[in-house]
Amino acid sequence: MNAIRQHLIDPEICIRCNTCEETCPLNAVTHDDENYVVDAEKCKFCLDCITPCPTGSINNWRVVDRAYSLEEQFSWDELPGEDDRTPADSSDDSLSEANELEVIEILDVAHSGQGGRVKPPFSAAHPYINLYDRGAPVVATVVGNYRITDSNFESDVHHVVLDFGTSFFPVLEGQSIGVIPTGTDASGKPHLMRLYSVASPRDGERPGHNNLSLTVKRVVYEDAGNTVRGVASNYLCDLNKGDKVQVTGPFGSNFLMPNHAGANILMICTGTGSAPFRAMTEYRRRHMPFAEGKLKLYFGARTPEELPYIGSLNKLSDKFIDKQLVFSRLPEAPREYVQDRMMSESSELLELMRSVETYVYICGLKAMEQGVEDAFARVSEEGGENWSDLKQQMMQSGRYHVETY
Amino acid sequence: MSEESISAGLGTLREDSMVEVNYDELIPNNVDLSTDLRLKRALESWQPKFLDWWKVAGPADTREFEVYLRTAVGVDPKGWAKFDYLKMPEYRWGILLAPKEEGRMIPCGKHKGEPVWQEVPGEYRAMLRRLVVVQGDTEPASVEQQRYLSKTAPSLYDMRNLFQVNVEEGRHLWAMVYLLVKYFGRDGREEAEALLQRRSADADRPRILGAFNEETPDWLSFFMFTFFTDRDGKMQLESLAQSGFDPLSRSCRFMLTEEAHHMFVGETGIARVIQRTCDAMNEAGITNARDIEAVRNLGVIDLPTLQKKVNFHGSVSRDLFGSEVSTNAANAFNAGLKGRFGETKIDDDHQLEGAVYPVTRLVDGCFIDEDVPALSAINARLLDDYIKDCQGGIKRWNKVFEKAGIDFQITQPHKAFSRMIGEFADIFVTTDGEIISEQEWNQRKTEWLCTDEDNVYIQSLMNPCMKKGEYAGWIASPRIGINNQPGDFEYVKIG
Repeated sequence: MNAIRQHLIDPEICIRCNTCEETCPLNAVTHDDENYVVDAEKCKFCLDCITPCPTGSINNWRVVDRAYSLEEQFSWDELPGEDDRTPADSSDDSLSEANELEVIEILDVAHSGQGGRVKPPFSAAHPYINLYDRGAPVVATVVGNYRITDSNFESDVHHVVLDFGTSFFPVLEGQSIGVIPTGTDASGKPHLMRLYSVASPRDGERPGHNNLSLTVKRVVYEDAGNTVRGVASNYLCDLNKGDKVQVTGPFGSNFLMPNHAGANILMICTGTGSAPFRAMTEYRRRHMPFAEGKLKLYFGARTPEELPYIGSLNKLSDKFIDKQLVFSRLPEAPREYVQDRMMSESSELLELMRSVETYVYICGLKAMEQGVEDAFARVSEEGGENWSDLKQQMMQSGRYHVETY
Repeated sequence: MSEESISAGLGTLREDSMVEVNYDELIPNNVDLSTDLRLKRALESWQPKFLDWWKVAGPADTREFEVYLRTAVGVDPKGWAKFDYLKMPEYRWGILLAPKEEGRMIPCGKHKGEPVWQEVPGEYRAMLRRLVVVQGDTEPASVEQQRYLSKTAPSLYDMRNLFQVNVEEGRHLWAMVYLLVKYFGRDGREEAEALLQRRSADADRPRILGAFNEETPDWLSFFMFTFFTDRDGKMQLESLAQSGFDPLSRSCRFMLTEEAHHMFVGETGIARVIQRTCDAMNEAGITNARDIEAVRNLGVIDLPTLQKKVNFHGSVSRDLFGSEVSTNAANAFNAGLKGRFGETKIDDDHQLEGAVYPVTRLVDGCFIDEDVPALSAINARLLDDYIKDCQGGIKRWNKVFEKAGIDFQITQPHKAFSRMIGEFADIFVTTDGEIISEQEWNQRKTEWLCTDEDNVYIQSLMNPCMKKGEYAGWIASPRIGINNQPGDFEYVKIG
C-alpha cells in the first residue's frame, strides 16, 4: 500500500485569514494570492492548525497515491473529489478511519462483518480522527471508575470516565479511542494499544464537560491451566480516580449515528458492545427526545445482573426507545438469544428494515454476527424481501454498520 | 450585573479545571495577575465598569439568551477555545497573550536587531500610548454600532456569530486596557476609563475614528462591516503584532486568532447573500442582474445594491488607514513600535532609509504613482496590502456568480473614490477613477452609493428569523455549522 494521507485546505471555504500559517510550527502552510495550501512534505499531522481555523476549511483530508503539489493546490477553485485520485483498492478504506497501522488492523477486523465499504450516514457529523497517536498521545485523567454489573456475578464490567481537561479531544458516538497500558510486555516492548468504543455522547459523559466514558469488561480466562488476565482491560478496571491514562485517537469515521430526527436507529448488541449505543441513545435523549425516528435496541446478556447499564436503561420510557433485553441464562426459562427475539417479532422488524430511514448497527462479539445476519435473512424471506438486495441498498446508503471483535 | 451572577459564572467554569488560564480569579488571565496586586486591583475596579458598559451599550435585550459561544481558554493551539452555551454577561473576558518568543528581536526601524522591550521605553511612551488607545477605542465602538442587530437576525446561526464577534471585541478591549493599566500608570488608567465613556456616534464624546461612528443599521451593513472594516482591524493588528514592545506584540498576535472569525462572518455572510440572490434569480428565470425591480420582487438583495454597499464600506474603511503619506506612521515604524503587514516576510533591510515606495497621488489632474520615501509611505503600503487582501475575498464572491451562471462581478471602487482622509480627501472621483466636479458628484452619487430608497428596501427585508435551522429569505444557509454542528443546531436559546 503506497497511498498517503494528505492534509488539504478547502479553497471554497477558506477566507485566507492566515491563522493556520501563523500557527503551523513547521511552516508547512503557505499561500499565494488565491489559496492557502499545505505542503505535504512538511506537514507532520500535528493538527495545531485545526482548532484555530475559524471556518473549518482546514480540516480536509484525501487519500492519494501521489501528493498534490503546491502548484496544483494553488490552482484550485475547489477541492478535488474524494475519489479523483483515491485508489480503488479497498485496503485504503481504513486509512480514512485512522493512520496508524496498529489501529487500522484492529478496525479492519472489527468492520469485516459488514462485508465491504460502508459510508457513514449522510447526516452524520464530521468526525475528527487521529488527533493523537502513539508518538504523541493525549493524557486523560480518571474521574470515575466503578463496576456496573452485580458483584455476585462473574462478569465484571466497569464504567470508566476519562477527563481531557483543556486538551482538544472531540469524539462522536460510535468512534473509538486507543488506550496504551503503562509498562511493557514480557519481551520488553510497550504494550499494544487497545481500542475502546466511547460510551458517552459527543457533549461529554457530563453534558458540557470535556470527558467521555468507556465500558470495559475485565478479561480473565483460563488457558491450559493458567489464569490469563487481559492487559488493557485489567489496567483500566483497576485505575483509581486521579490516575493518568495515555490515550490516542479518536478513530473511526463510518460507524457514526445519523443526526437527523427522522432516522430510525436499530441497535443490536451483546455485553460491552452496548457502549456506542449508550452514546447514541443518550445523544438522542439529550438533544432530540421527541424525534420522530424510532430507537430500537436488541441487547443480549446472560442474566439481568450481567447486563451493563440495566438500571439506567430501564428508566428510559418505552415511548422513547423500544428495548428488547434478551437473556440466555435465566433460571427456569429457555435460553433466548438476540436473533431469537428478532425472529419472534419479525413483522415489526420487517417494517423497520423496509424503511429507507432505518440505520442498522451491530456491535458485540464476533460470534453474534452470523446469527443476527441469519435472522435478518429469515425475516426478509418471510416478508417476501431479498435480504442480500436489502443489505446492499443499506450499505450503499450508509445504513448498515457492523463492529464486532 | 450583580456580584452574585459573577460568582455563579465563575462557579461553573471552575469545574472545568482549566490548566493554562487561571479561571479561579475574577479576571481569567495568563499574565500572572495574582502576583501583581496593584495591577490586579486596578483591573478589578475597572471590571464592574466594563460590565456596566456592556449592559448599556452591548447587545440590547439579550441578557438571558443562552448563546453557543467560543471562549478562549488558553493560548496553545490544540486547546485554545471551548464551545458552550453561555449568557453573554457571564462570558469570561480575560487577558491572554500569545506565548513569549525567547530571544525575539525588534524587527524593524532604527532599533532593529535589539532585544524587544518588556517595558515601555520612555522616549516612546506618548506615541505608544496613542497607538494602544486608538486600537482599543475601535473594539467597544463596533459593539455599540451593532447593539440592536440581534432583533433582526436572519437566523440563530447569524445571531450567534454576531454575539461571538461582540464578546470578542469586548475581550480585545480588555487586552488593550491591560496594556494601558499595566504599563502606563495613572495616564493609562484614565485612558482605560475614557474607553468606556466615549460612545459611537455620540455628538459630545464620539469614538476616535470616523468609520466607528457610522451606523450599522442592518445585517447587510454588518456583513460589509466585518468584511471591510474589521479587515482594517486585522491589518492594524498585524502591524502591531510586529511591535518591538513585546507585550503589545503578544496581545495582538493572540487577538488575530479571534479576529479571523470576524473576517469569516463578513466574507461568508456576503457570499451567502450572493448565493441566495443567484439562486432566486435562476429559479425565477431572471438573467439580467440590472433589472433591480424584478430581482427585488423576489425578496432578495439585488446585485447593484450590493455593489453600492461595497463602494461605501470599502471607501469608509480605507479612510481608517489615515494619510497615505504620514510622519506619524514613519515615526512609529522607525521607533520599532509598529511594523508593516508581514514585516518579517518582507525581503528588505526593514529600516527603509533611502528606500522609496510608489504612492498614488493626484498630480496635474491625473492619478500617478509617485515614488516617495518608503518610511513616510508606511500607511500607503498598508492600505495597498489591505486592498489586495479585500480582493482575495471579492474573487471568492465572484466565483459564486460564475458557478450560478449569473453575469455579474463585484469590483472594488477606485482608491480615490469617496475619501474623507488622505491624498484624495478634497476631490470628487467616480468608482472608475474619473475626476468630476462637486456638482456632478452630487448629481450622480446615487449611481455609486445607496439612496434612501435602497436603504428602505434593505430594511424591509430585515425580518427576524428565529427558528432553528431556518434562514431569512434573502440569505442562504451556511455550508458548514459552527464547530461542525448540524444544520438545525440551536445556536441561541432565547429564554
